[in-house]
Amino acid sequence: MKMKYMLMMNSPREGAGSIIHWPKEDVRAHIAFMVGFAKKLAGTGELLTAEGLAFPDQAKRVRAGADGKPITDGVFPESKEFLAGYWIVEVDSPERAYAIAAEASAAPGRGGAPLNMDIEVRQVMSGPPPDMM
Amino acid sequence: MTEPSDRRIEHLLREHAPRVLGAVLRKFRDFGASEDAVQEALLAAAMQWPRDGVPEDPRAWLIQVASRRLTDHVRADAARRHREELVVSLVPPEFQLVMPREGDELVGRDDALVLLFMCCHPALSTATAVALTLRAVGGLTTGEIAKAFLVPESTMAQRISRAKQSIKSSGVPFQKPTPEETAQRLGAVLHVLYLIFNEGYTASSGPELHRTDLSGEAIRLTRMLHALLPDDGEVAGLLALMLLTDARRAARTGPEGELIPLDMQDRSLWSAGMIEEGVALISATLSKGSLGMYQVQAAIAAVHDEAARAEDTDWPQILALYGVLMGLADSPMVALNHAIATAMVHGPEVGLELLEALDAEGRLEESHRLDAVRAHLLERAGRNAEAVAHYRKAAERTTSLPERNYLLTQAARLNDART
Repeated sequence: MKMKYMLMMNSPREGAGSIIHWPKEDVRAHIAFMVGFAKKLAGTGELLTAEGLAFPDQAKRVRAGADGKPITDGVFPESKEFLAGYWIVEVDSPERAYAIAAEASAAPGRGGAPLNMDIEVRQVMSGPPPDMM
Repeated sequence: MTEPSDRRIEHLLREHAPRVLGAVLRKFRDFGASEDAVQEALLAAAMQWPRDGVPEDPRAWLIQVASRRLTDHVRADAARRHREELVVSLVPPEFQLVMPREGDELVGRDDALVLLFMCCHPALSTATAVALTLRAVGGLTTGEIAKAFLVPESTMAQRISRAKQSIKSSGVPFQKPTPEETAQRLGAVLHVLYLIFNEGYTASSGPELHRTDLSGEAIRLTRMLHALLPDDGEVAGLLALMLLTDARRAARTGPEGELIPLDMQDRSLWSAGMIEEGVALISATLSKGSLGMYQVQAAIAAVHDEAARAEDTDWPQILALYGVLMGLADSPMVALNHAIATAMVHGPEVGLELLEALDAEGRLEESHRLDAVRAHLLERAGRNAEAVAHYRKAAERTTSLPERNYLLTQAARLNDART
């Protein structure tokens, strides 16, 4: 039975744009890793979708005001972490989802050392079981 | 009849789709119903032709099948239809579709042209016009179009059906546009084709930089338009621009899908055939006079493409052409490119001054491009610390992943060199 998981890559806010300050070879290695990782998961048929998100400087937090019109805040200065990107994978077991997340977490960072970023793994809910419908 | 390959049939169907739709539409007048009937006929052909072979006159076959379907539909809900359509339903299909014998080719040509003008009607939103053009003139399925623009198929289906509704309610008649109408609306048609090409050449979303399916389709449709209006300079200019731009495709990205800027590209990867065709086309067009912005852009692309090495580029000529282009199109992006050309001819500091002026105008506030260009010019001026800062700022603001990766690499490279 296949299960879907969302793997959310969280970067510390201070580290958000930190890649901007890395040496060239490290930036290259990181990009190559991420491109290769997506290709590999697509190859095994486990990748459903993956997107990187724009840096948090461009993020807006939106809620409806009393009149129902959107109110937007600038960025969220209080946040310690922000979502940098995500993958949705379809795998045979939760362990496999964790293994994929661990591999992504170990993407090379400054000096080629693994970043070991926090990746939140959550199962994507499916429809109700047939006997409940 | 020969054993047809699926690829050949697909090609045949795309080729015939607009003329078939045009012919059916000329008889039945209802855009939505005609379009549905033609889609059904195309589907029938896609299923039958690989098995039974391609009929001798594929277009007549498609027109006949589509008309039969349409007549059936009209008969089925005749009660709910208008009186004219009722009249149509009473005429046997074989009489409705007597193909004109003489001047047949001419009628077919005009039908395709009218169809293109209909789909790019100024009353439609640009996104809608793009979708409708790809479907009605390009013969792409709704699913294919949805996939190309990364939207759910239901969304695209809705967009297309709304477009057909707007055409119906706008009362645009299906007839050959007058020369004035042609002149007025050709701009919208060229704009739509240009957008389709650009979406294929630099995809606005998604991880991939290229969508060859879309740029190829745009080139095919523009070729068709050029065949219909061979004397129009802007049509020829747009086709040349597409060919001269697409010729560089193979050199634009590296093994990891990363962007490679023009001056760093391996020019041996450029398509010599496309460059030759594009240069010949634009040279012939420019000698005829009456300049338009697509022609000038094609001329600029030709100057780039004709340089065997980046350092051989004739920048003074490019600068002069951007001067002409600024007079034709008041766009901040053109002004930005003009600043780059100025920097290449008169030095980076002069280019940076032009950027200051552009910045003060505030028209490029939403774009990261100004930062990216400023970074390049600062680097050329040897002001590396400032260049790094602007590469980084541009990287933070772009929403294209390949472009962000490129800008990040530039910032890092320069920073490495500095320390």
